[in-house]
Amino acid sequence: MHELSVTSSIFEIVEKHAVNNHAKRVVAVNLEIGALSDLKNEWIQRYFDLLSAGTIAQGARLMITRVPAVFRCNQCQQLFEITSFITEELVCRQCPSEDVVMISGKEYHIKDMEAEI
Amino acid sequence: MNREIKLINIKEEILSENKGLADKIRERFEKKKVFYLNIMGSPGSGKTSLIMKTIEALGGRYRMAVIEADIDSLVDSEKVAALGVSTVQIHTGGFCHVDANMVEKAIESLPIDELDLVILENVGNLVCPAESDTGAFKNVAILSVPEGDDKPLKYPLMFSLADVLVINKLDYLHMSDFSTQRVMKRVKALNGGIHFFPLSCETSDGLAPWISWLEHEISSIRA
Repeated sequence: MHELSVTSSIFEIVEKHAVNNHAKRVVAVNLEIGALSDLKNEWIQRYFDLLSAGTIAQGARLMITRVPAVFRCNQCQQLFEITSFITEELVCRQCPSEDVVMISGKEYHIKDMEAEI
Repeated sequence: MNREIKLINIKEEILSENKGLADKIRERFEKKKVFYLNIMGSPGSGKTSLIMKTIEALGGRYRMAVIEADIDSLVDSEKVAALGVSTVQIHTGGFCHVDANMVEKAIESLPIDELDLVILENVGNLVCPAESDTGAFKNVAILSVPEGDDKPLKYPLMFSLADVLVINKLDYLHMSDFSTQRVMKRVKALNGGIHFFPLSCETSDGLAPWISWLEHEISSIRA
C-alpha cells in the first residue's frame, strides 16, 4: 500500500516523458532512491505493472539504485556511510565526533528511461 | 522492422507534483497569516491528546481548526470537536498518509480568513507520512515512551525530516528503560536543527515549552 502513491507518481512522470518523446514502448526506467526510504523494490515494480497495464509503459523494468546514507563530520569533514542505523553508531569514523550531518540518503529521483522510438 | 532504443533524460523528483501542490497550500496559508502544523506519530503515541492539551493551553487566545485524518473513523474528530474547535475529517480510505491533494480538499471547508492556527493530525504511522509533504510550515513527530527509544533507528526518515520531536508519556519513564538522552542523541545526528519537547499529556509536565514554541511560530507568521 505504502508504495502505491510513490509508484503512481513514477508512472505519471514516465508516461508524460514517453508521450512527449513519441516513444512506442518504455523498456526500462532508472530510479535513484535514498537508503532511508522504506520502499521495497519488489512492490514498486508490482504496482508499476498494475498501473501501466495497457499503456506504452507496460512491461517496463524499474532499475532502482539505492543512494547510500552518507554523513559528514562537522569537526574533521570526513565522509562516512551508514548501512544500518540499528547496528552502527552515528559517530564519525575518524575523529570520532558525534557532530555529524546527513548529506545523502533521502532521494526520490527519476534519472532517465530507455524507450523504443 | 528495426526499432531504435533511445535513452530519454528525465531528471525529475518523483514527488514533485505533490511538492508543487504543497507549496501552493503553504503560500495560501502564508498570505492569510495562518500557521499550519502537521502532527505525525504512531497510533497511540498521543497525537490527539497533544492536540487537545494544546487547545486547552491556548485557551481561546487563537482561532483554531483541526484537520483529522484517519483511514475510516470519526473518533478523533468527535473528541476534538467536543472542545469547541472546528474540525474537518479526512478519510484516506485505506491510504496510509495524507497528501497535499487531500489537504487542499479539506481546507475548502475551513473558514481560513477567520483562523490563526490549523493543525493536521496525520494518519497514525511512522513510515508513509514522512514521504508526503502536506504543505505544513512545520512538521511535528511524536514518539511516546512505551514505543521504545529505538524508533529513530527503525524509522530514520520520519525523524530526519521533522522540525520538532515531542517525546510524550514521560509519566511512563519509571516503568521502562527508555532513555530520553539516547533518543535525542540519535535524532540529533540525523537532524541537527530539530527541537525537542519531552512532556506528558497526562500530567501536563513539560507542556509549557511546547506551547511557547507554538505561540512563537504563530506570531512569526503574523508578523
